[in-house]
Order: sequence, then structure tokens, then C-alpha cells
Amino acid sequence: MEIDRPLPNPMTPEAKPYWDGLREGKLMLPKCRACGHVFWYPRVACPKCHTRDIGWIQSTGRGTLHAFEIGYQSFNRAFKVPTPYVLAMVELAEGPRMLSNLVNIEPDPKKITCDMPVEVVFSKLTDDVTLPLFQPVR
Amino acid sequence: MANLRDLSSVACIVGVDESDEMGTLPHKSQLSLHVEAVTNAVRDAGLNMSEVDGVFTAGQHSPATIGEALGITPRYVDGTTVGGCSFIIMVGHAVAALHHGLCDVAVISHGESGRSQVGVSPRRDTAIPGQYEAPYGFGPAPTMFGLITTRHMHRYGTTLEQWAQVAVSTRKWAALNPKALRREPITVQDVLKARPVVYPFTVLNICLVTDAGGAVVLTRPDRAKDTAKRPVYVRGFGEGTEHVSLTQMKDLTFSEATRISGDKAFRMAGVGPNDLSHIMLYDAFTSGPPIMLESLGLAKRGEGVHFFADGRSTPGGSLPINTNGGGLSYTHTGMYGIFPIIEATRQLRGECGARQVPNVRTSLVNGMGGMLSAAGTLVLSSEA
Repeated sequence: MEIDRPLPNPMTPEAKPYWDGLREGKLMLPKCRACGHVFWYPRVACPKCHTRDIGWIQSTGRGTLHAFEIGYQSFNRAFKVPTPYVLAMVELAEGPRMLSNLVNIEPDPKKITCDMPVEVVFSKLTDDVTLPLFQPVR
Repeated sequence: MANLRDLSSVACIVGVDESDEMGTLPHKSQLSLHVEAVTNAVRDAGLNMSEVDGVFTAGQHSPATIGEALGITPRYVDGTTVGGCSFIIMVGHAVAALHHGLCDVAVISHGESGRSQVGVSPRRDTAIPGQYEAPYGFGPAPTMFGLITTRHMHRYGTTLEQWAQVAVSTRKWAALNPKALRREPITVQDVLKARPVVYPFTVLNICLVTDAGGAVVLTRPDRAKDTAKRPVYVRGFGEGTEHVSLTQMKDLTFSEATRISGDKAFRMAGVGPNDLSHIMLYDAFTSGPPIMLESLGLAKRGEGVHFFADGRSTPGGSLPINTNGGGLSYTHTGMYGIFPIIEATRQLRGECGARQVPNVRTSLVNGMGGMLSAAGTLVLSSEA
């Protein structure tokens, strides 16, 4: 199947457990071992207490749709997902927010509301890359 | 102990201008737009280029490149690049440098071939957007600022019609500005029915994409005695940054960077919201100016749109906003921040013809960098 999205580039060393986890169907989040802060995006020092002792936890994959947009055109030649599509900011139950797409829903502003419950679905692009997408909790 | 008030009105704007042309300019390089704008602004000040000894610029050119292109050897340079508000922030940096004698005549230069891309080469760190944004279709500003906007709508009940009022108000000003690119009147219905780009935005909720340059010249009041135009005093300035990635913004409906920058500028100037007679806000999107008013404390949370819907912001209104026609209708190169400074200066000088606001004494300029990520605020005045 043709890859319909820009592949992540680069895949940084500090994010390796995240990308490794996705290949196994797990959404992994960095968690500071010193202060317990769960954060997004992966980085080498905790953005709260600034220690460098970073561990990882598996997210439940549950959260809420914090904000959304509906794209009526593609803004990147490598992004070939059919229009319209839903651009999403998800707030995970563990706290952090991440960007993704909301799928398995009609891309209609009347059908989508902020704070609606969502859950992760994994979309394999290549042997190396699986992306976390989100769908409404049924 | 440092006191912010010590920097109030210690320097003034003495020259402003745009490039010779603005709009779609495939026959002009980005560097040429800088050179046109600076030479025009220095002429507006009644100064000679050889007197310029401080060069400030943001974006793809270093201040060294601008100095070289102008044939000068600056003894003070600043290339702070935190998005479109960088030029607003640089006014503050220039004031501080002038005050301490690090330079005597400062020029802030902007040139951007935003539409035609002549002499443009994008270069940035892609680690965050390349991994966590691009695979989902996120990219240019409209794919980001809409998130801020739908969250605001959810939290405060703001409507598409209210955002559209911002475009309508701004277009009314553009109709009075011969340099504005889009001058034909529009209605709320026109905005709502225009081509959808990214919900909640139609194309009329999004700024223009143009080629243009702009420049601002500053000096100390003693040096300004023999400049060509009445000086405009920088009574207060402030800057701040909060985030770059939108996932890191604490509250999508409130810009902490804007609040920090405004608070500092107001305290330095010793003025409050009631002292303002004219406001310039960075309108890359219709939802930007209302959220900036709220973040600056000029409107209650969720009520910034009222300024536009009730006619306060429009020609003849009690608090005119974006009187050049804004990024929405006048020009927007990509890093728009130089242009609101130019307009505020012209309003304070009384040079604006049909769009001149009567009795402007104090003007506020506020702009964002990125997605409300960075901010700069200026309080400008015709009096020290």
C-alpha cells in the first residue's frame, strides 16, 4: 500500500522508546523518575524539575479531544490522506497533549466537539513506523 | 536595582517606510526588499545611511548581510528571530542599545519574498515538527492556529460570525489605505461563505501572503532634534516567549507570552488600557486580535471579539484597531511585525489621510511570533 503521509523525519534518539513502542502497539510516554512528571514530547531533561533521569510508561491510550480542525486541503505533497480530514490535539488521561488525527468519524464540525472521549488506534505505515491515531470512544 | 521606568521614552522612532512596491513581486529578491525599505525609512528620517550604526533584523538574513548590502559597518547588531513579532521586540532591544550608547542610529529591517519566494531557502530544526506534526498533516500556520480557535469557541462560545467581524472591521480600514492589497468591502456572510481552508477558517479568516519590506529607524531624543519628522517616543516595551509547539501551550485560549510582554510594556510606560487611543495587533488570523486583547488584559476572557462586533474597532469607532488594513487586507509577508510599527508611527505623526484617527496620542502595538508562542508589545506616544 502506498504510504499516504510524510514519514517522521528525523526519528531522534531521545524518542526511540516511543517509536519502538508504537511498533509493538504501545503508546509510550516519558516519565521523570525524580518528580513523576509525565510529559510530551520526549526530551533528555524533565521540563518540570530538569533532572535527566527519564523513564517510560505505557499510556492507556485514552483521553479527550482538546481541540480540532478540519483540513479541506493538504498542505504537504507527501500528505495524501483524502480530504476533508480531522487534525486533532488530544489530551491523554496521563496529562500530556499530543497532535494526531481523529479518524473513524465524519469530518463535520457538527459531529465533533472538544472534550469528547477518544482512544488510540495504531496505524502501521512501514516496518519502522507506526503512528498513533485517535478515534471516538464507542 | 534596575527600574523598567528608566527605559521609558529614552529613544524614539524617527523614520518608517515600506519597500517601493508591495504585493506579488517576482522581479525582486528578498534582499532587495530589505534595501528598499531601509533606504526609504532612512530618507523618511532625514538621515544619511552613513549615520546608521545599529542593524537589527529577523528571519533568513543575518544583520551582517543587511549591513553589507547597505554598505555600512554597524557597531551593534541583533538577529533575534522568534517569529513575526521579532521586529516589535527589536524596538525594545534598540531602545536599550541606544540608551547605553552601544549605537546612535538603529535601523530595524524586514524584507520577505513570502509569495514569490525569490532568494528564499527554508532552514530550520525539524526534530519536533518532523516527528510529531508533519505525519498528521500539520504544517503551515492555518493548520495550527485553528486549534487555538476551536478551543476558544468551545470554552467561551465564540462563534464563526464573531471571528468574521474581525475581517469585516479590518477591511473597512483597508478601504481607506491606498497601499492595502484588498480594499473591496466584505460582509460577515462573505467571510463565512468564502473557500474553506481549515475549519474554522475560510480563506477570508487568514492573512494575505505577499512580498514586501519594511523598516524602522530609531535614535535618542537629543539626536532626533534635526530629523525630518516629529519623533514618536517608545514609552514602553516588553517581550516574552512561552512555547513553540502548541502541545506545550498551557492554555490554548490565553497567550502567556502576550500577557508578559504587555505587562512589562504597560509598567514601563506608566499607562493603562484607558490611556490608549489606537491599537495595532498582529492579525494572521481573525481569531488572533481578540485573543491578544484578552491576553493583554484589555478585554475580559472570551470577550475580545466584542471590540470588533460592536464597532469600537472600525473607522469612527472609539478604539480603532488595525488601521492599515492589517495582515488580513493590507499586506502579510510571513513575518508581519514591522508593519504595525510603521502604521502606529504614521498615525501618531498624523500622516494617514482618509484613515487618520483623530487626536492619537498613545498607540499600542502588539504582535505574536509563531502560534502566540512569542510576543512583543510597544506603547508608542507622540509625547515623551
